[in-house]
Amino acid sequence: MLRPCGDFKRNYSQEEAILQTRFIKVVIPLFVLTLYCLPLFLGDFYLYLLNLVFIAILGAQGINILTGFTGQISLGHGAFIGIGAYTAGVFSTKLGFSVWVVLPAAGCASALIGVMVGVPSLRIKGFYLAMATLALQFLMEYLFMELRPITGGSEGLYLERPSIFGLVLDTDRQFYFLGATIAILATLGARNLLRTRVGRAFISIRDRDIAAELIGVDIFKYKIMSFAISSFYAGVAGALLAYYITVINPQSFSIHLSIDYLAMIIIGGLGSVLGAIYGAIFIVLFPEFLKIWIEFAAQYLPIDEVFPAIREILFGFIIVFFLIFEPEGLAKIWWNIKAYWKLWPFSY
Amino acid sequence: MFLAELLISGIAVGSIYSLVALGFVLIYKSTRVLNFAQGELVLIGAFVAFAFLSQVGVGPWIALPLTMIISVLLGLLIERTALRPMIGEPVISVIMLTIGLSSILKGSCRAIWGSVNRPFPTIFPDTLITIGPISVPPPFFWSFIISIFLLIVFAIFFKYSRLGIVMRSTANDQTATLSLGISVKRVFALSWAIAALVGAIGGVLLGSISVLDMNLGYIGLKVFPVVILGGLDSIPGAIVGGIIIAVLENLTGGYLEGIIGGGVKSVAPFVFLLFVLVIKPYGLFGTEEIERL
Repeated sequence: MLRPCGDFKRNYSQEEAILQTRFIKVVIPLFVLTLYCLPLFLGDFYLYLLNLVFIAILGAQGINILTGFTGQISLGHGAFIGIGAYTAGVFSTKLGFSVWVVLPAAGCASALIGVMVGVPSLRIKGFYLAMATLALQFLMEYLFMELRPITGGSEGLYLERPSIFGLVLDTDRQFYFLGATIAILATLGARNLLRTRVGRAFISIRDRDIAAELIGVDIFKYKIMSFAISSFYAGVAGALLAYYITVINPQSFSIHLSIDYLAMIIIGGLGSVLGAIYGAIFIVLFPEFLKIWIEFAAQYLPIDEVFPAIREILFGFIIVFFLIFEPEGLAKIWWNIKAYWKLWPFSY
Repeated sequence: MFLAELLISGIAVGSIYSLVALGFVLIYKSTRVLNFAQGELVLIGAFVAFAFLSQVGVGPWIALPLTMIISVLLGLLIERTALRPMIGEPVISVIMLTIGLSSILKGSCRAIWGSVNRPFPTIFPDTLITIGPISVPPPFFWSFIISIFLLIVFAIFFKYSRLGIVMRSTANDQTATLSLGISVKRVFALSWAIAALVGAIGGVLLGSISVLDMNLGYIGLKVFPVVILGGLDSIPGAIVGGIIIAVLENLTGGYLEGIIGGGVKSVAPFVFLLFVLVIKPYGLFGTEEIERL
């Protein structure tokens, strides 16, 4: 950590504080304030992108808790998001519950499945666990498709935008406030989890599970808990996504979504709360910017029909590039930049 | 009769699964890398062969060796550029790296050949083969013969040849192998080359019994139930697992598809995989990993 001169810690609560330096204590509230003021200035397209980013942040914080903190590889995050989305669809459309019930219910439904997947993690880990979550991913895709009475099959479900205190969140601008609030809460939740007993137990399991068990960490309990929290996040993210795009179908929650979320935390920086945010922003905005560039380049070169192929290739290259050259991701790059300027021009 | 047909096509496809799974197992055995890009090696192999056979228009006896050479070079290139720097990195990074590679390979394939279905040129003699009362379509028969032949060749290669013994010793203990003056890096390169080679052959065979399109890469995911069932580091396991999984797939497809809907054929291997993980996580022939602090 970079510290200003004379910033000494005198007790543990200072050491564990979320906002540590005076500068941060000013900047973060200002940033949050700016975040809530942004809809006054931005156009609908940017608000649409930001809403997608908020939902992705929620999901990325979720998988970061499981994979980044606890070290359990999940290839089934897309399925958990799908479970949340379908629960939201069924609860709001068929049963007519309000958003206050739907969001927690979607989270809990997803968490329930998460716990069921977590149970085998007592015996298997690493690649084998990744395979179990991959199997879950395909199983859920199949169920989304085939449980027609509940999920509507390949046509999927249609939702209506939620209403909060009688106000229907019809526009991107209105939805922005719900999205931003939930994304901030999710980030705070993840950051706070890290400094509790539970968070430390997660990290000890990630770093060396046998050693963690020896010093008295109940591995099974904490692994299950990690699965539950992570898939709760995913479920809420799915519900929010369902409310936002208002139509859900099985194709939206395929293995590609799981890979996108894994890519977010890899590119952002595994096990870093801020990294999950950077990664979510990167992965959501990357195809959009690429689309703009390709449209621009297509005026001169005949490349617009190969857009999906180019996106796939670049996506792969970015992942490979980060893993080889900066395994700690955008969070580390940001840290390096800060460190450079903090000491500039005397780099020692 | 219906059952016999399902079994025969299951065994034929299963032998191809085994071949592709062999590549996966080989890489895992010697380098401890879990290769999520195996399916894309199959895809590229099939498309390169297609390019030589149909687009350039040379005969199979020139096209197939050229395909093999190209895929071996591709395997070496991947190992040298992407996998070499990842030695000693955590499982998640390696998995993610191969996922990234699969995305690059699939994207390149899509960019070059587009995402349309194409018929794969016939490379096998098309006289119908009859075994007793059952007639087997020629591509199935020849795929089975070629896969089994290659599996036997590789089994002998690992058992008796100098290189095979070196590869087995690397899989067993890298440090000890290094101390005997063997270049482990060359063994890594060799395993990727062989994996790409068997992948490409699998692609050609798979292309001839079905159509050629981007979905061919999904065999890379089918490999996972196969290797989990057989044991991650077991070559006989890959052979047995491949055939069991493909037969299972065909039987569920044939008998259950009418009852519980269309996708059951592709999801059945994964449900089976879950059971294997719960009951016997290290598969039929895999070595159990014992962890010590």
